Amino acid sequence: MYAFDIERPTTLAEAVKHMAASEENQALGGGQTLIPTLKQRLASPEKLISLTGIDEIRGICEDDAGRICIGAATTHAEVAAGATAYPALAALAGNIGDPAVRNRGTIGGSLANNDPSACYPAAALGSGATIVTDKREIPADDYFEGMFATALEEGEIITEVKFPVPQKAAYMKFEQPASRFALVGVFVAKYADGVRVAVTGASEEGVFRWSEAEAALASDFSAGAVEGLSLSGDGMISDLHGSGDYRAHLVGVMTKRAVAAAG
Amino acid sequence: MPQVKMTVNGKPASGEVEGRTLLVEFLRENLGLTGTHVGCDTSQCGACVVHVDGKAVKSCTMFAAEAEGAEVLTIEGVAAPDGTMDAVQQAFQEHHGLQCGFCTPGMVMSARALLAENPTPSEAEIRDYLEGNICRCTGYHNIVKAIMAASGQDVSTIAAE
Ligand SMILES: Cc1cc2nc3c(=O)[nH]c(=O)nc-3n(C[C@H](O)[C@H](O)[C@H](O)COP(=O)(O)OP(=O)(O)OC[C@H]3O[C@@H](n4cnc5c(N)ncnc54)[C@H](O)[C@@H]3O)c2cc1C
Ligand code: FES
Ligand code: FES
Repeated sequence: MYAFDIERPTTLAEAVKHMAASEENQALGGGQTLIPTLKQRLASPEKLISLTGIDEIRGICEDDAGRICIGAATTHAEVAAGATAYPALAALAGNIGDPAVRNRGTIGGSLANNDPSACYPAAALGSGATIVTDKREIPADDYFEGMFATALEEGEIITEVKFPVPQKAAYMKFEQPASRFALVGVFVAKYADGVRVAVTGASEEGVFRWSEAEAALASDFSAGAVEGLSLSGDGMISDLHGSGDYRAHLVGVMTKRAVAAAG
Repeated sequence: MPQVKMTVNGKPASGEVEGRTLLVEFLRENLGLTGTHVGCDTSQCGACVVHVDGKAVKSCTMFAAEAEGAEVLTIEGVAAPDGTMDAVQQAFQEHHGLQCGFCTPGMVMSARALLAENPTPSEAEIRDYLEGNICRCTGYHNIVKAIMAASGQDVSTIAAE
């Protein structure tokens, strides 16, 4: 690692000030992605601004609209245990990585990073969540901009994520056993006004909505409704773990499993 | 260099660290607590697991500065002061839960975290919880058996392997 300093603010206002002080300053969530990146010398911040000591961006609550609101610095373990009003989301969080990763990694870090194989992006897009930052609110549909790319601006801090709670939902992850990330993961959520299907791990463009499946499931929410649908392997990630065609096939399989699990 | 202060195995510990100093480096190099191992340094293997404020974390994937004010427990703090092993350590010895021993400190710390959450885990729950702890030697069978035994479950019917 290159040398850097660490600041540990206890209020959001202080953190925002630190982030604004230099373009070379970078937010530190749970460090479960950033620390390995720093070790590989793929990042060289001047200062890391640790967000995990800021109580006002930690914790889980419900807003007046009945949405589950999760502070950006809330760990995966805390969501797994605490998001009881949204069981599919709690289950997703409880299956990220391993217990030690879940005790440090945060929802804000995961969404800021937008790894093409990460789990939370599928939940946020699949739920039509709102990503709240120190500057604005961003609908999930406008937030994800491709592999590791998001609508966040330089220095912008995610403070909270608001999830509308669906009638039924489930996330099914076909795990890549070495990394524990999703080889393909599908999040399906049924709301009063429609069905959302978000796919992670598959596309070179990162997390995406599978609109054909959404339309089919809107009129018939059953695994059978997805039966005849298929995706092309073009533009799907192809690596030593699986070809693009294999991933495209898995999207169908995991979608059916997610619908069946949602009940 | 900034000063960091924490409690390690019940005793106050402090030292000068850089921003980039990992918790595991602080434990091993500043405090000489070399029981916590570095297997991969890439957040995969779990050899470096310690407890920070009661939670299992990979000490190679946390900065020392982030443990400011925290209660840290390492493998050195597990046995009684007179050297009497705790139930998990004892069970690892009795059930041959280790061979080279490199993964063992992390295994014991993860096992203790599991038992604190779930006092009588099933075999499947143990295997799931140890997802982030890699062992090159044992094939895991005896580790799982040791943890079941440490939780007071009957392991006499589980084959020795
Ligand atoms: C062994 C292992 C297995 C894993 N398995 C999975 C898995 O199965 N599924 C999965 O989804 N993930 C997995 N992960 C990744 C894990 O979930 C990380 O916790 C997560 O991707 C990053 O969150 P973090 O809080 O650790 O962020 P950090 O590593 O601290 O930061 C990541 C990036 O986000 C930025 N950032 C952090 N917080 C904020 C914020 N609030 N606002 C703006 N920017 C911010 C940082 O500057 C950095 O660029 C795994 C990681 C490991 C080590
Ligand atoms: S040394 Fe920390 S996880 Fe391997
Ligand atoms: S006993 Fe050798 S690595 Fe586990």
